[in-house]
Amino acid sequence: MRQLRYVVLALLMVLGLAAFAGACGGDDDGGGSDSGGTPAQSDDVNLTQGQDITVAVITHGAGDSFWAVAKKGAEDAGKQLGVTVKYSESANDPQKQAQLIDSAVTEKVDGIAVSAPNPDALRDSLSKATDAGIPFITLNSGAEDYEALGAITHVGQTESIAGEGAGAKLKEAGATKLLCVIHEQSNIGLNQRCDGAKQGFGGDVENLQVKGVDDIQTTLTEIQSKLQSDTSIDAVLTLNPDIAVAARDAVQGASSEARLATFDLSGDVVKAIEAGEIEFAVDQQQYLQGYLPVVFLALNKSNLNTVGGGQPVLTGPGYVTKDNAAEVAQLAEDGTR
Amino acid sequence: MTSAPAGAAPAPVPVADERLANISLWARLMRRPEVGSLLGALVICVFFWVTTDAFGTLSGIANWTDVASTIGIMAVAVALLMIGGEFDLSAGVMTGTTGLLMGLLTTEWGFSMWPAIAATFAFAALVGFMNGYMVIRTGLPSFIVTLATFFVLQGANLGVTKAITGTVRVAGLGDVAGYGSAADVFSSTFWSPHNFRISVVWWIVIAALATWALSRTRAGNWIFAVGGDANAARNVGVPVKRVKIALFMTTSLCAALVGIMIALRLSSVQAGQGVGEEFTYIIAAVVGGCLLTGGYGSAIGASLGALIVGMAFIGIQFSGWNTDWRFLFLGVILLLAVLVNNLVRHRAEGARR
Repeated sequence: MRQLRYVVLALLMVLGLAAFAGACGGDDDGGGSDSGGTPAQSDDVNLTQGQDITVAVITHGAGDSFWAVAKKGAEDAGKQLGVTVKYSESANDPQKQAQLIDSAVTEKVDGIAVSAPNPDALRDSLSKATDAGIPFITLNSGAEDYEALGAITHVGQTESIAGEGAGAKLKEAGATKLLCVIHEQSNIGLNQRCDGAKQGFGGDVENLQVKGVDDIQTTLTEIQSKLQSDTSIDAVLTLNPDIAVAARDAVQGASSEARLATFDLSGDVVKAIEAGEIEFAVDQQQYLQGYLPVVFLALNKSNLNTVGGGQPVLTGPGYVTKDNAAEVAQLAEDGTR
Repeated sequence: MTSAPAGAAPAPVPVADERLANISLWARLMRRPEVGSLLGALVICVFFWVTTDAFGTLSGIANWTDVASTIGIMAVAVALLMIGGEFDLSAGVMTGTTGLLMGLLTTEWGFSMWPAIAATFAFAALVGFMNGYMVIRTGLPSFIVTLATFFVLQGANLGVTKAITGTVRVAGLGDVAGYGSAADVFSSTFWSPHNFRISVVWWIVIAALATWALSRTRAGNWIFAVGGDANAARNVGVPVKRVKIALFMTTSLCAALVGIMIALRLSSVQAGQGVGEEFTYIIAAVVGGCLLTGGYGSAIGASLGALIVGMAFIGIQFSGWNTDWRFLFLGVILLLAVLVNNLVRHRAEGARR
């Protein structure tokens, strides 16, 4: 009979959590940080107020700090416009992402914002959205395919151009052998960045596949042993802020002299740039990638606007170096950069 | 109950034979392994049905049965294997390996779809055989042997894919000869506006077959006997090695089926496909009443376990809950289902005396 008590207790836990999460998802983010926000309920944003618009934002993220900023962007846009935003992530599983799109279509949401790292896998589900008359925008990944998929526009940065820029900047700094650290097995965008870096760098570039953001400790060890086994590497390029921090520790652990650069920002990365441990970060400003699609889709619903004119809307690349790190630092702490 | 259990118990029967005792229908129902998961599935279904608009619509049902179906096919196979007393940690990554193999055969090496599918199944059978043979020959826990297979395949998936295609996925399956008919069989949809997936039908058929095999055939008795006590089973003449190897092969073949389904559906395969899913399958089987120690469980229970995972995944999405918490909900739901299982089993066993 004691078992019964456990079951009842667990049931209460579920119900309590449901109520709690409902409250969190519904009105306020629960984090309490209202930064980056103009007052939400001012009079001049009434265009979409009270129209009961719902936008589903479906990314391939895995809850890491990069996607947390994009999520905050989407939620802030929702709050400011009075739009219901349903944000979900597939942890880089294309089948799950397709299923999440299907469920958004079933719900008859008013717009879908979706990252498309593997456009083939999403084509079927997105055409169902088109059939159901639901407009969608691609974000972050999918710059080459958004038109063929039928998206209004794409919000993101072109991976190969950003990679090229990073490679060129490292070459400028005098590096001769570059290690490009890939942290997801199946994201084509990451390979495009490394290919771009190869173009821009011009010299010797080696790619290293690591475990990834869900196992930072192993990733650190992998990078460190690579640096120890090949001491000619004098530059490391990571493609994710969490990996960048691991790479910094790996560079120090291997007592290597390699310069470090990374894609994307986090509070820790900005601090490391200020301290001179990381040379620069390529910032694709993913807050915009969450924020803008919600705005565009809401405007499409309420005012039939289509943004982009058949071109993607670029959110990057921008560079964060020692010169501007301090200003960005505060914003990164607040989770909007 | 034909051969094994009866032969294993020639003990002196004291007084009233408990096997002949009258057991009420209720007690017999409650003693089934799948009762806990059935209750859990009902609670979750009713909860989301009431709290969201879309969950109970036909299109909504098509969504969550879609998620449950590929998990369910694997959960049934994994449940059979677990009843037989073994694990297969390579079951998840096998869905990726087989999908990639089919993709490479067709897009890179010029096979048309159906021969590639046949070759993929043959390859899967071979991997399953290797798994089983290694476990039998070495006597090591299958946990370790299949963990090695898991890593080997994960590395091979990425290495081979990158070496051959230069990227991390195999794409363009849609242009291969025979894609249309293969997609009809493995990845089409039916009931037009709602688009139920054909994988749901495959799942139901496989669960029914497994249930029939477990409860009505000699092979089914063998599986229970092998998982309950392999030595005792061997002593009464059950071909333990063959049964275990066959179970590993079944699991790999089901993984191939799921891998082919996903590849045809997405007309592409990513190198990381399926990694980590093996735990979802095992969880579904355990929620469905399979014991981690073997010898007990059911295919219907595993299917219900998969249904719970699918309903929770889509239900949380429909509810618009903050998805940061998704895994916490999943964890609590699974814990709850297992607790209900335990409670029910204790009560049912109490009722026996």
